[in-house]
Amino acid sequence: MDFALDKKHEMARALFKEFAENEVKPLAQDVDETEEFPAETVAKMAKYGFLGIPVPKEYGGQGCDPLTYTMCVEELAKVCGTTAVIVSAHTSLCIDPIMTYGTEEQKQKYVPDLASGRKLGAFGLTEPGAGTDAQGQQTKAVLDGDEWVLNGSKCFITNGKVADVYIIIAVTGIIEKRGRKMKEISSFIVEKGTPGFSFGTKEKKMGIRGSSTYELIFEDCRIPKENILGAQGKGFGIAMHTLDGGRIGIAAQALGIAEGALERTVAYVKERKQFGRSIAQFQNTQFQLADMATKVEAARLLVYKAAMAKATQRSYSVEAAKAKLYAAEVAMEVTTKAVQLHGGYGYIREYEIERMMRDAKITEIYEGTSEVQRMVISGDLLK
Amino acid sequence: MKIVVCVKQVPDTKGGVQFNPDGTLNRAAMLAIMNPDDKAGLEAALRLKDQYGAEVTVVTMGLPKASDVLREALAMGADKAILVTDRVLGGADTWATSSTLAAAIRNLEYDLIITGRQAIDGDTAQVGPQISEHLDIPVISYAQDIKIEDGHVIVERQFEDRYHVLKAQMPCLITALSELNEPRYMTPGGIFDACEAEITTWGRADLKDLDDANIGLAGSPTKIAKASDKVRKGAGEKVTLDPEESVVYLMGKLAEKHII
Amino acid sequence: MNLEEYKGVYVFAEQVDNKLSGIAFELLGKAKDLAGDLDTYVAAVVIGSEIKGLADELAAHGAEKVIVVDDPELKVYRTEPYAHALSEVINKYKPEIMLVGATAIGRDLGPRVSARVATGLTADCTQLEIGDFPINPVAGKEQKHNQLLMTRPAFGGNTIATIACPDNRPQMATVRPGVMQKIDKIEGAKAEVEEFNPGFTPDNKYVEIMDVVKAVSETVDIMDAKILVSGGRGVGSPENFRILEELAEALGGEVSCSRAVVDNGWKPKDLQVGQTGKTVRPQVYFAIGISGAIQHVAGMEEADVIIAINKDETAPIFDVADYGIVGDLNKIVPELTKQIKAAAISK
Repeated sequence: MDFALDKKHEMARALFKEFAENEVKPLAQDVDETEEFPAETVAKMAKYGFLGIPVPKEYGGQGCDPLTYTMCVEELAKVCGTTAVIVSAHTSLCIDPIMTYGTEEQKQKYVPDLASGRKLGAFGLTEPGAGTDAQGQQTKAVLDGDEWVLNGSKCFITNGKVADVYIIIAVTGIIEKRGRKMKEISSFIVEKGTPGFSFGTKEKKMGIRGSSTYELIFEDCRIPKENILGAQGKGFGIAMHTLDGGRIGIAAQALGIAEGALERTVAYVKERKQFGRSIAQFQNTQFQLADMATKVEAARLLVYKAAMAKATQRSYSVEAAKAKLYAAEVAMEVTTKAVQLHGGYGYIREYEIERMMRDAKITEIYEGTSEVQRMVISGDLLK
Repeated sequence: MKIVVCVKQVPDTKGGVQFNPDGTLNRAAMLAIMNPDDKAGLEAALRLKDQYGAEVTVVTMGLPKASDVLREALAMGADKAILVTDRVLGGADTWATSSTLAAAIRNLEYDLIITGRQAIDGDTAQVGPQISEHLDIPVISYAQDIKIEDGHVIVERQFEDRYHVLKAQMPCLITALSELNEPRYMTPGGIFDACEAEITTWGRADLKDLDDANIGLAGSPTKIAKASDKVRKGAGEKVTLDPEESVVYLMGKLAEKHII
Repeated sequence: MNLEEYKGVYVFAEQVDNKLSGIAFELLGKAKDLAGDLDTYVAAVVIGSEIKGLADELAAHGAEKVIVVDDPELKVYRTEPYAHALSEVINKYKPEIMLVGATAIGRDLGPRVSARVATGLTADCTQLEIGDFPINPVAGKEQKHNQLLMTRPAFGGNTIATIACPDNRPQMATVRPGVMQKIDKIEGAKAEVEEFNPGFTPDNKYVEIMDVVKAVSETVDIMDAKILVSGGRGVGSPENFRILEELAEALGGEVSCSRAVVDNGWKPKDLQVGQTGKTVRPQVYFAIGISGAIQHVAGMEEADVIIAINKDETAPIFDVADYGIVGDLNKIVPELTKQIKAAAISK
């Protein structure tokens, strides 16, 4: 077993790091402050292929692997949590299910535009009354001739309004399973601009404030019959499998936030002087940093392991759940400690650590809360 | 059009230089990067490729590790890469380096050669013009803009207080300023391909038109008599004087440092 | 190569628009020292079109001999005809030392000429002296005397190397402008003037000059400024920055500031030096009324010379300043400006 990255992954990391430092970091404060979607950064990322990293070249992607994509999200998150989640939601939650479950026609139609970044993707599962609990879904899709008619709404949708292509989970009927009536769930590809598809209110968030989070509203929204993704009734499995991949992206985002906070804190404690010496010379500081660094390293190993599992295994739910659970909790813990070590400067906006702590919190919540990850992990243990 | 770009791997001095506890430069701790002016030269070549169509070959001379910058160049969009490496070429000054690179370039077809103005480790700005002399072709240094018009290159050549618009025949050598452009990034897919790509490696034996008297340390007319790492400065002088005396003191210091 | 044949310290006397550049006089000043040590003469080589009239000015700055290469092809600087001219001068006159300014012209001409006459060239020298090579005797190796020892910074100024060119002539160096001292003008001095024209036949290496565009000054980036006059909270008010602006103007520099000044709305953010502003590396940095918080110092500690003026003698800025003045900036700065202006006029 070799923990060293090979040449191509090392070079890719250097690329993402350089891009993040030069193009993303200078805007991060402003993106947070104004809550504006960083459209120019997204355009730049599109130009350099960052929006189709794990997609095969024949579909307009970069032909790289999940680990490379993971490192991209990680490096972006080190400087800007918002930018990282844009890439993650687009790649993991929109391109990935089309590549995995789409017909050849669907892949040809949607993936080249998405992978090249000409179009942006999003994923709609969550509803006002249903999060990861698929049976709580209310949005309905009814087949009417050659069209599916969608009615209902989705909330907290990352890349909402700015995305062009949406993967939407909806109820397509009631089935009986072992004597119980259950909702039949299917997934669909819906394009922005389809009549009956509109956007509700923009959410104002604690963190990742530049990411565009919207409510999606479907009112007799008619989409072509062929826009069903995967077989009818397979939507729940598709959604869950998609979230497994998404969790690796969010785990990478959490990891990046933690790493970014740790880096800044290490630099800060060497400079900041109290009682005549740098605070790095205090044992409390040293021990705190040691714990932070150890946890970050452990999180990195879990995240990379999950990325490798996605590349080589059919199912990687448990790996993804462990990576996300741990990395998200480390992100929260490390950023909280980083703020503490920064003292007053940690609490003011100019010093970024404050933003990182706010950004970290969401990683414990979206794409399955930490509690849901624990359910997945323990469910596998006790099955 | 065939473009040859010369690049050099240099230690990164951005964000500060690393020192050993004894005050000497810690080269091992510094990242090795593609020299910034060379990267601008490569970008200029890639833009000509995008605009007019061209084959871009990158050449470097250095240790085997210098292949890293060649892979970076390939990942940015260069077509071919050549590493000139041989123990006997080591320790070369600008004369020996330019003689060697000129010999390597003679093995290639070229319409245009682009080098960076200067490398951030040596800061000499000599190798580009010297290659052009060895190849007996025109040189335009300090390019801030490059265009191709009916078989000629049109270059804005920077001076301290002006620029000249120059037109030269091809083949021609241009030295690029880092202000010339904003170099593109690699792409992830480009990196994966570059890591699979073959890098041509040439040793002494592959360089035909080259005299042994002009290579390596022995073939370098300039010799290092003494080298030292600059000691970092700490606090200087602090004086408390009345205003008139303060001004006299400052005028003295400014004159001493040739500031006035 | 018979090294003994090579005599004299030669200087390429750069001219632009038929006006000699300051570097020409600086090189002559240094050449005079070197020629004294070598017991030889100082010559200036001036290349251009209708430039014979420049000989006296070169003589007044220490040239004993002036070689004039005057040809219509040389009107505006182009690498090839100039390289041809200077190479032919070297081939004919065989100088022992050939100094060229490390300017946009000299850094193009120098390497091309050195390659043509097959000698070494040391770039961007900041110190030149005559000495032995090797500096200390080495067993089994001849120690050559009367060598030009050329000292230059490398690695962005982080290392210093001294270079010799023991086996080739001329010993060539480009010299950084503003480092060497010119001599006081010798009024009425005359030099031996020789005209030399090696003939100019345009070939593939001659480039065509399509346009000459002189720069118009634009708004400046403090990162490009050679001299920065930076103010902090201690300046007291936005109006009071005027005294800093006047000092900057007298020195040909620019004004920058600390974070406190930006936070107070006295100056725009693009003038801010420091961790959350810009990192600057000017030749001279004046820190006026700046306490020198670490976040500020991180952005300016690489300046070549740091001059601090602050009324608080415990201000941390004094820990990084080369020259620190404890005093009232309102009294010191205007007076300094006045004296700098006076000094400029008297020159």
